[in-house]
Amino acid sequence: MTDEPLLSVRDLVVEFPTRRGTLTAIDRLSFDIARGEVLGMVGESGAGKSLTGAAIIGLLEPPGRIAGGEVRLAGERIDTLSPEAMRRIRGKRIGMVFQDPLTSLNPLYTVAQQLTETIRAHLHVGEKEARNRAIALLDRVGIPAAARRIDDYPHHFSGGMRQRVVIALALCAEPELVIADEPTTALDVSVQAQIIELLKEICTERGAAVMLITHDMGVIAETADRVAVLYAGRLAEIGPVRDIIDRPEHPYTQGLMGSIPAISDTGDRLVQIPGAMPRLNAIPPGCAFNPRCPHAFDRCRIDRPDALGRPGSRQVACWLYDREEAAHG
Amino acid sequence: MAEPLLRIENLWRRFDVSKPWLNRVIEREERQYLTAVADVSFDIRKGETFALVGESGSGKSTIAKMVVGLLSASRGHIHFDGRDLTSLPPAEIRAQRRRFQMIFQDPYASLNPRWRVGDIIAEPLRTFGIARGAETSREVGRLLDTVGLSAGDADKFPHEFSGGQRQRIAIARALSSRPEFIVCDEPTSALDVSVQAQILNLMRDLQDEMGLTYLFISHDLSVVHHMADRIGVLYLGRLVEVADGKALFRDPQHPYTRMLLDAVPDLAAGGRGRKRVEGEIPNPIDPPPGCAFHPRCPLAMPVCREKVPPAVPTKTGFAECFAVAEETV
Repeated sequence: MTDEPLLSVRDLVVEFPTRRGTLTAIDRLSFDIARGEVLGMVGESGAGKSLTGAAIIGLLEPPGRIAGGEVRLAGERIDTLSPEAMRRIRGKRIGMVFQDPLTSLNPLYTVAQQLTETIRAHLHVGEKEARNRAIALLDRVGIPAAARRIDDYPHHFSGGMRQRVVIALALCAEPELVIADEPTTALDVSVQAQIIELLKEICTERGAAVMLITHDMGVIAETADRVAVLYAGRLAEIGPVRDIIDRPEHPYTQGLMGSIPAISDTGDRLVQIPGAMPRLNAIPPGCAFNPRCPHAFDRCRIDRPDALGRPGSRQVACWLYDREEAAHG
Repeated sequence: MAEPLLRIENLWRRFDVSKPWLNRVIEREERQYLTAVADVSFDIRKGETFALVGESGSGKSTIAKMVVGLLSASRGHIHFDGRDLTSLPPAEIRAQRRRFQMIFQDPYASLNPRWRVGDIIAEPLRTFGIARGAETSREVGRLLDTVGLSAGDADKFPHEFSGGQRQRIAIARALSSRPEFIVCDEPTSALDVSVQAQILNLMRDLQDEMGLTYLFISHDLSVVHHMADRIGVLYLGRLVEVADGKALFRDPQHPYTRMLLDAVPDLAAGGRGRKRVEGEIPNPIDPPPGCAFHPRCPLAMPVCREKVPPAVPTKTGFAECFAVAEETV
């Protein structure tokens, strides 16, 4: 099977048991990532973006746990693996880039130590070879005088340079998938552009797929092939990036797009979604978006819509489109 | 043209960032200073929104704090409605202070968690002797209503509100002393986009209703584009360009402004061939001589390394750049 997706997430459920009942932070989430593809994952804080990333790589913080569904990497289930087996996949087959480059590097080790350790943990190469690879990689991510700077400690590097080191670290074992969780949020605009460009370029070059988690639609517009929009731990809409941005179908996505001030707009009033995303202990029955939705009707308050297939390999979880289809059929 | 409401004249601010005395003696180091704001001058007209943009460390927030008096200026003058705040006696400043207020970035940190919302909003009313007794609570109710909350919320504590609602409370507090001028320091950068849209719309409505003047500080160019009538661009403490909002985006003059605009990811920009951004912001303790931007500037000439460029008038403002000066001659 050649067109099998690299990563396949099916009906993923992540729960947090608490004294006052179980909170469902991710509720039956399904999506695929093809080889070499960049999937953007957007949503507001608390929508479950980062949690999805953490669940895939087996780094959910207890008491959070996967309560249902499955995650497959190249056809093989990885959500049921032992922590030991999962650790071998993490770093080797799935690389990670986190938001804050200062906390994802160990301040007590030089960049050389951290890179060679990771390379040698996953690839069968000697110390010398690992160091050479590390230097080549640092050079590739744009660190000037890599051969000299490799022996510096993380605090010697600026924020943007540190994030380059983290990208080198994520890519050093030649992973098939890179999960980048808000990789540029801690950086300034002018540096952000450099890092996004680099991440995209280097992943294309190595054929690695990327799951790019961000709240910044601008970053998604420039980087992603497809985009998944999350709302209250559920998938609202998924599809090719230009379709979603230019012609959003889910009312939440429509509101979200309208609420973003764009440099190309005319400076009119921004579209405003009333209210705020529900807390996890107060998700309404039916569609989670129904209390804020301008088009909500009776069915939305009772039944939860599943992701419906739409033309152009798009999926939308909204009853509006079911009704439309019924009317047409 | 009408007298500006706020006039900033040759404003400087230096911070002493020296090591402790004993370390300086042992390590034979000089005192070190960081120039956060260098020779900044601009006017804000009554009823307009003047935005300051810049990356971290460019001095945006330092200017905001000096304007409202939370920091003193090292040199220069701040004229508010014709009076020089840097030389007024303290009692006079106190009388003026009612007329300008500030909204801070983080609504979680700027509201006292132990105070009820009603008390938070009533404090300026009491301090400035605007309202007394039963009148106070009626005024608090009216203010809460103005910002889209209900009078009943006065008895709640800040933790009972979401980020967007807290920012509304902060706005109500700022409005309580009936100011003419509000300094907004990154008022929406801690908020999600859909909530950000609500707050930005609210701020515009309030401006229309009350004739407020805003000094709006943000690193987000698309937000600035949406809000500002005029924009000042800061780089390493210097105001490198001032122009009308739309003109700045249509026809940026200073090379740094051009670079910054090129770097913003925009929704409409999918796959646009953007110019590469070179380099990072230098260390502000030891900025490059001459024009601070010259090491990253594609138009740098020998003179840029030696002298600080003068302000050259442009169509709607000015730019501090030798290359721009040459063009206009």
